[in-house]
Amino acid sequence: MTPLLEIQGLRTVFRSANGDIPAVDGVDLVVPRGKTLGIVGESGCGKSMLSLSVMRLVPRPGRVAAGRVLLEGRNLLDLSPAEMRQVRGGQVAMIFQEPMTSLNPVHPIGLQIMEAMRAHDTRAGQKELRERAIAALDRVRIPAPARRFDEFPHQLSGGMRQRVMIAMALACRPKLLIADEPTTALDVTVQAQILDLLGDLQAETGMSIVLITHDLGVIAEMADEVAVMYAGRIAERASATELFASPQHPYTLGLLGSVPRLDEAREELLAIEGAVPPPFALPKGCRFAPRCPFAIAACTTAPPPLEEVAPGHFAACIRAPVENSLDIAA
Amino acid sequence: MTTLLEVQDLTKHYPVRQGLLLAKQVGTVRAVDGVSFRIERGETLAIVGESGCGKSTTARLVLRLIEPTAGTVRFDGQEVSGAALRTLRRRVQVVFQDPYASLNPRLRVADTIAEPMEVHGIGTPESRAARVKELLGLVGLAPFHAQRYPHEFSGGQRQRIGIARALSVQPELIICDEPVSALDVSIQAQVVNLLKHLQRRFGLSYLFIAHDLAVVHHMADRVAVMYLGQIVESAAKQAVFANPRHPYTRALLAAIPQPDPRRRGLVKPIGGDVPSPMNPPPGCRFHTRCPHARPRCKAEMPTLREIEPGHTVACHFAEVLPPHVAAAEDGIAPVAAQRLALYAAARARRMEGRERPEI
Repeated sequence: MTPLLEIQGLRTVFRSANGDIPAVDGVDLVVPRGKTLGIVGESGCGKSMLSLSVMRLVPRPGRVAAGRVLLEGRNLLDLSPAEMRQVRGGQVAMIFQEPMTSLNPVHPIGLQIMEAMRAHDTRAGQKELRERAIAALDRVRIPAPARRFDEFPHQLSGGMRQRVMIAMALACRPKLLIADEPTTALDVTVQAQILDLLGDLQAETGMSIVLITHDLGVIAEMADEVAVMYAGRIAERASATELFASPQHPYTLGLLGSVPRLDEAREELLAIEGAVPPPFALPKGCRFAPRCPFAIAACTTAPPPLEEVAPGHFAACIRAPVENSLDIAA
Repeated sequence: MTTLLEVQDLTKHYPVRQGLLLAKQVGTVRAVDGVSFRIERGETLAIVGESGCGKSTTARLVLRLIEPTAGTVRFDGQEVSGAALRTLRRRVQVVFQDPYASLNPRLRVADTIAEPMEVHGIGTPESRAARVKELLGLVGLAPFHAQRYPHEFSGGQRQRIGIARALSVQPELIICDEPVSALDVSIQAQVVNLLKHLQRRFGLSYLFIAHDLAVVHHMADRVAVMYLGQIVESAAKQAVFANPRHPYTRALLAAIPQPDPRRRGLVKPIGGDVPSPMNPPPGCRFHTRCPHARPRCKAEMPTLREIEPGHTVACHFAEVLPPHVAAAEDGIAPVAAQRLALYAAARARRMEGRERPEI
């Protein structure tokens, strides 16, 4: 069976006076059916640009310069704007970090859900759409959905707003939900509710989820497969179990070392030195080399290829696994 | 140890008015409602809670950036009021959450860092300039950064500038209001390490306001958990994390996803949202979301009481709650742990060769 979504050699660039600046630079990814792919990385690593590229919503002056985005074998990059509009919200839906800015403040939430439904089903009548919108609110466990239907976004809490966004995204039963930092703005108890809800809805509908986050805890809780991104490229890719049990790329190690753990007392966190390079001043070879404690001269000459280090486990590092690189590092 | 800061029954109520000309008071927001705590010299007290629980308001009340409705703040044994306020404002400094909003974009970094010294009349322009250089080194920035403007810096560097400014007048207590919440994880770790390093070096005390329990676990000596304007549990860090006695503390801990797929499915969400502080529920404010609530919880507000030395809880049933199942002390997976150790060693080796300590 073909995977639901396959991204091949995706390259998204922004035009500038000094030539094209890459935001996403040669990314290959696979999203299996009914599973969750977690994409983790810090701000500026290109994870949001990657998802916008899939939706063909890259803001100008950015554009997808190369690659293919295959949804069930069909390249989304070849579709006409009208065909793409049917894909967006129909087969692929997206939710964002800040639900307040994604909702229209002057319309009741119910009407906004109906609007999304009408875009993909022109034949349904007003009454039927209203009932379906109420059912959609009910599915995301909003209490008293018929009453909430007429409320405005400002009358809802942050968690409720994110539920409305999910209801809207799932209104047309998409096969793929792209969730871009869906719980970052929420309190931890509300985050737990939303993650729980997403898991249940996935089990119910069999949809695939691309979950973009900077939080390794959320990744460990939700993702089946994980891609670690750094400066527009995939640094490491593996199943979640494998990635946390046997991390290969030094950047992944740095991330794991930076997160304080509740089950461990460490005097000092293993912070990664320095900062993510801006996309207009990327280092030549491995983009992580300037911050990497294992870097050697060879790291700065050519970008490391993403190689299979174990079955299904890929890492873009010529020094991986790090235990083999000790003698030279010293 | 001696007590540096003692806060008693601190309260801040905001009137809610309706109408334009003859505005009538229609309600009260109980942002902070009878909060008491103390901070010993050299220790870190963390106040944790979700948005709207009053933790930031508490920080501002301690500094008198807003006037409390009731309650007292004693700093180093002296009640803070009138003339004592000016001394307090030197001996207590603050680092804010948003490093983009808390630095004046029109001031060079040198002027931002020197400003508190000017305000308090410390030193001459020359000595202040020398001190700015020293402070930049302390927080891991270079002397040439002094002549730059905030927009030239990343979020982590800006937070370092904010910390240098706070340190400039040699405070004894620094109030850190969500100092790392806006930063990326790798940068967050750098700033957390810096704060710990500075604390050891200068014997600083911290009032650390945060919502991230993992960061609190790393930073704090003692922890106070706030819910809807009140402290519901307060104890030494180990007690709060290993044996939490308030259902809300347990709910908070159970809600944190751990960076470890072996623990998947252990996240237990509790229902509902935080109620509005304008209409807090009667009785125990947590009873609307508490899985252990009983009729008494709706009727009677529990008071904060000591159930073990140094461990206070505001719950009628703290003693009879089912035992807490602490997160298993798995630690990090063995291969990952081994590689992390190698990473740490390699990192330490690289850092030895540097001139200035990058922390």
